Parts: sequence; structure tokens; C-alpha cells
Amino acid sequence: MAISLTENAAKHVAAQLAARGKGVGIRIGVTTTGCSGMAYVLEFVDQLNGEDRIFENHGVSVIVDAKSLAYLDGTEMDFVKHGVNEGFEFHNPNVKAECGCGESFTV
Amino acid sequence: MVLFSIAEPGQGSARQVVRRKRAVGIDLGTTNSLVAVAKEGRARVLPDAHGNRLLPSLVRFPEDAVPLVGNEALAADGGTLVSSSKRLLGRGLSDINYPLPYVLQAAEDGGMVQIRTEAGLVSPVQVGAEILKALAGRAGDALGGSIDGVVITVPAYFDEAQRQSTQAAARIAGLNVLRLLSEPTAAAVAYGLDQQLTGTVVIYDLGGGTFDVSLMRLDQGVFTVVATGGNSALGGDDFDRVIADWLLQESGQPCGSKEDYRLLLQQARVAKHQLSTADKARVQVGSWQGSLDRLQLERLIDPLLDQTLLACRRVLRDAGLQVGDISDVVLVGGSTRTPRVRERVKQLFGREPLSSLDPDEVVALGAALQADVLVGNKYGDAALLLDVIPLSLGIETMGGLMERIVPRNSTIPVVRAQEFTTFKDGQTAMSLHVYQGERELVSDCRSLARFDLRGIPPMVAGAARVRVTFQVDADGLLQVQAEELTSGAKNSVVVKPSFGLEETQITAMIRSSMESAALDKAQRSLRERRVEALRHLEALHAALQQDGATLLDEDERGTLERAMRELDAATVGTDARLIETLTEQLNSLSRDFAGRRMDAGIRAALAGQQIDAIGE
Repeated sequence: MAISLTENAAKHVAAQLAARGKGVGIRIGVTTTGCSGMAYVLEFVDQLNGEDRIFENHGVSVIVDAKSLAYLDGTEMDFVKHGVNEGFEFHNPNVKAECGCGESFTV
Repeated sequence: MVLFSIAEPGQGSARQVVRRKRAVGIDLGTTNSLVAVAKEGRARVLPDAHGNRLLPSLVRFPEDAVPLVGNEALAADGGTLVSSSKRLLGRGLSDINYPLPYVLQAAEDGGMVQIRTEAGLVSPVQVGAEILKALAGRAGDALGGSIDGVVITVPAYFDEAQRQSTQAAARIAGLNVLRLLSEPTAAAVAYGLDQQLTGTVVIYDLGGGTFDVSLMRLDQGVFTVVATGGNSALGGDDFDRVIADWLLQESGQPCGSKEDYRLLLQQARVAKHQLSTADKARVQVGSWQGSLDRLQLERLIDPLLDQTLLACRRVLRDAGLQVGDISDVVLVGGSTRTPRVRERVKQLFGREPLSSLDPDEVVALGAALQADVLVGNKYGDAALLLDVIPLSLGIETMGGLMERIVPRNSTIPVVRAQEFTTFKDGQTAMSLHVYQGERELVSDCRSLARFDLRGIPPMVAGAARVRVTFQVDADGLLQVQAEELTSGAKNSVVVKPSFGLEETQITAMIRSSMESAALDKAQRSLRERRVEALRHLEALHAALQQDGATLLDEDERGTLERAMRELDAATVGTDARLIETLTEQLNSLSRDFAGRRMDAGIRAALAGQQIDAIGE
């Protein structure tokens, strides 16, 4: 069971955490919404919960709750630039179908 | 792919998605316009709330009310209905030589024509702006927000004034224009032809009332229009007409009223559409009943198709290419749905033309794909098409000839320079007249600006060196500078294209240039002969004044002067061969005189020197 960040993603997460001035890492999770069933959650983390798992990647802590981990195992998060847009992107091997925009998915 | 940003704890997921830029492609057509959007390299047309994909390019201007666009304009009453306004963009009153169902008026400043409507005088730019506004509104509704940028397509032969008018219309509509894209280029992009490294593409565009053929070369992501041709009065409407005339002939029914003929045309159109899928269509004229089959349809429209194929061959010939050099053929325009059109095009080019996309939508789809790339949504090896100069820029030289300095299809920004010289001895000023166009004679090109270069030191003809520099910056603004290199005298002008000021007929300049290339060549040759003859006459005249009395006897002088008068008379005529022959004749007649002048010059130089001093 693991979640990973690319080096580039980790660099951007670290920079954003530093700019924010507090936080122990980022949380990646899933929630039930969107047109294809599930959607990703990406948040800063100030406090850990009981069932959280922590994965260290290039010096950044990625925090995932146990329930989400079932849907996210093997996921890699990358930071990409598409023209003038830039942001994080998920490569999730569990996804069977995505909605057109990639905002939600089914497993 | 959607992109995410990191949210504050507990703030959920939906809002943190990075918003995609909303960019659309717009095909602003003469008859119909449409808007499309692309996502992930796939484009689709955006329909209005009623599911209509095409927006008729019509605007109705009622008194004291907002203008109505498209089907709303068609359905309403009162006010002035403006159609085909695209033809008026960037045009002066003298450019419009065909009837329109509304009244035009020259602008006070002599610029672009204006349209008299019940809402007052309206510029064609405003009409275009209303259509663009309607399309942008449709796109905003469909995409859920305002539009960040648009790519608008224009015909390949649109000149600077027409392009700037299109841009102005978009600005009035509150749109951010990412790029104007030529229609044939957009069609090629829609089929993904820009993904290839190189290629030679023919775009066959047969609409309702016009036929355009463009030959484009793709090289390293740059599409250049190599040659264009066509017929601005040939299209699917002509198919309907020949079918209707056949119906009258077959049925033996009288032609009837205008309204009867309109109904007949409608029936012809229905039959034509049916024959795209069926083998036979039932037709009825008055009490007469009959049927039209595919074979008969083909017999009727083949002469019209022959004309389009002739234009294709001409374009190939202009580009110096063979049928085998063409890598792709793209069909555009509703009339290419007729199976016979596809068949004939396939026969000519020996390959199946690309026709999987809706031929009415293909231009808008290509524009949407390009818009998506320009706004930064697409990534990978998406081709960014470069901006090019649509029509050559140059100056007028002796004899009213167009000397091209920046050739058509140069990518901008660009700087080009060329040296010119004086024509007459002691010439101290030079008038520079800047033109845009593809024709050999400036009277057939569009005048952009003129200015004078003064302060050239007096020299013999041909000794001055005047460097003329054309500079086009990234925004398409042209600056022309002239500098005399030996003295440093210089002057320059910034060209802002004027709207329709030129009295010459400039509609479809490239097209007419291709159609009249042979005539142009003959005219150019005549002008060159004339200039050459006059140069000889001028030189000989000066020589006779100086040395005629001392070096020639009465007879010799008489012979020369007769030959000069003969040549002088010929230069007024149009026989290039005669001018050439007489110039040569005068040359040989004056050779002896020239020799004597040279000897006399040497004798004068040697006068007073000792014989033995020369011998050494």
C-alpha cells in the first residue's frame, strides 16, 4: 500500500507548505461526488486523525485516511503545466472510468 | 486532464479544481456562422438553446430597439435586415459593384461603407460584432461562463483592411481575439493535418454561392497558402438552378411567376438532397409528375463541376505542382455532400478526399482546436500555427510596376530591405508609394501609403543607392523607411491601412491575380520594354545635344533622329515586340556615334601630351 509524489510535485508541495507557514503535510483522499461517482480531495493537513496513514515522499508527508487508501493505492501525484494552466494531476491505477474532464472517476 | 490545487483543511474538493480557460473557434461566414469548442484535442459545435448549430449571418436593425441576430432576425418584421455583411468589411463604396437588398452610403471620411438602417447608419463592423456577440453568448451559456479568448476564421484572400475590420468587430463584441486564422488552414487543422511534419494540402470549398480552392504547404508547423483560386459566383445554388430549369423543360410547363420559380428551386433543392442517399427522387411541376435519378443529376451538374476542377488544375499549375504532389484533399462547404462532387474530386486527385467531418462545421472545428492550443489547454506536440503576412508588400517602381519586398506568407515579425536607384541624371528626390497585393501592376494592388525621400545628392542616373526597408512588427504594424546610403538622407512612414480608399477594384486580389497571371506577364513585359526604350532615347537625346553638331554630318543625324521618332511613337502603343525591335535598331544605328564620342573624349584627355609620353 503506497501513495507517491513525483519529485516535481513534492517540490511544489514543499514550497506551498513553506509559503503557508504551517501544516504537517498534505491529505489526498476521495469523496463521493462528481458525475462519475468519486472525486479527489487535496488539502493541507494541520492535525492528524486516528486512522491516517503517512507516506514520506522526497521529504513531504502525504496523509491518507484508511478508507480512501483502498481507492488510491498505487496513485502517483504529479505537478504539470498545460500551457498557461498548472496544477497537480493524479495517476490512479484503480480508475476504471473517468468523466470527460477527469474531475471524477469510478473504480 | 483536470488539474488540482491544494485546499485548506476541510474545504473539500469541488472548488479547488483549476479552471480550464474557455476558448472557442468562430467561423464568421457570409451566409452562416458557427461557434465550436475543443477539449482534449476533440472539437464540437455548440448549438443554441433550440439545438440549431448554424447561425444565419443576418442582423435586423429595428428603430429604437436592440438588433436581432440569426433566426430571430429572420422571423421578425420591421427594421432593416442586413445580410452578407462579411463582403462589406473593410470595403469602400466604390468596391461594391453588385446589388444588395439594402442601401449603402459612403462614409464621410471616405472610409468603409456604411449601411442605412432604421436604427441609423451602421458600419459592417457593427453588424459583424452583433453576430459575434450572439455566438459568444451561445458559447458562454453552453460552457458556463464568459469566454477567455476566440479564434476567428477569415478567407485566405482577406487583405489587411478586411482583417483589421474583423478584429475591430471582435473588440466591439468584447472578445479577446487570440488569432485570426485562414479558413483553409482551419479546415486542415480540423483533420489533424497540422500534426504531420510536411505536406501539400488542397482545400476544396464549395458553398452555397461561392467556390474557393486553396493549395497549402505545411512545413515545420507553418501552413502557407501557396495558391488560391475559385469562382465567387458558383455554388450549390447553381445546382438547384440547373435542376429547376431541367424540370421546366421536361414538364413543358410555363416558367410562371417569380414565386413559382422560387417554389421550383425549393423542390429542386429537396430532390438534390434526396439524391445524396437515394437513387431516385420524385418531382412534380403543376400537373406533371416525374422523377429525377442520380445519372440525370450528374449530367446536369457535371458542367458546373468541370469549372471547379478547372480552377483546381489552375491552382496546381500556378504552384508548379502535379496531382501526385498532393498529400491530402479536404472537402469544405455544404455542397460537397453531393456524392458526385466527392467522386469528381477523387477522380482528379486520384485519392479519397477527407470528408468524415460535417463540411459546414469543419472550419469552426479547426478554429476551436487552434483556440484551445493558443489559450494553453492542450499540451504535448500541439502545433502552434504562426502568423503570416496574407498579401505581399512592396513599392511602385518605374512604369507602374509592383516590386515586392516582403513576399506573401512571410512569418511576422519580419524585416526586409532592397536597394533602388535613380532613373534620371541629377534626380534629388524620390517618391515612394507603398502597395499591398499580388498583381504585377500597382494599379491592380491596394495603395497603403506614400511618402517622399528628398536630399539625394545630384548624381548620374543609377548612381544613387536608396535602401528601402520594410518592417512588420508582431502586431502586424508596417513601417517603411527609405535611406540614401551615400548621403544618409532618410525618411519613413508608419502604415495604418485605410479602409476602402482605393478606387481600384480590389475584391479577391489573390484570386484575380491567379486568373490574370498571363495577362500580367504580358503587361509587365510591355512596361519594361517601354522603360528601356525611354532610357535609351533620353541618353541619346542628351548625347546629340552635346556632340551631335560636331561628330555627325547632316545625313547621319537625320537617320538617328528618324529612328528616335519612330521608337518614341512605338512606346505609346502596346506592341512590346515592336518596341524591342526598334530599340535594338536604334542601338546599332547609334553605335558608331557612341564610338566617335568615346574617341573624342580620349582625344580631349590626351590633348597637349607628347607622343612619346603616351607610348610609355
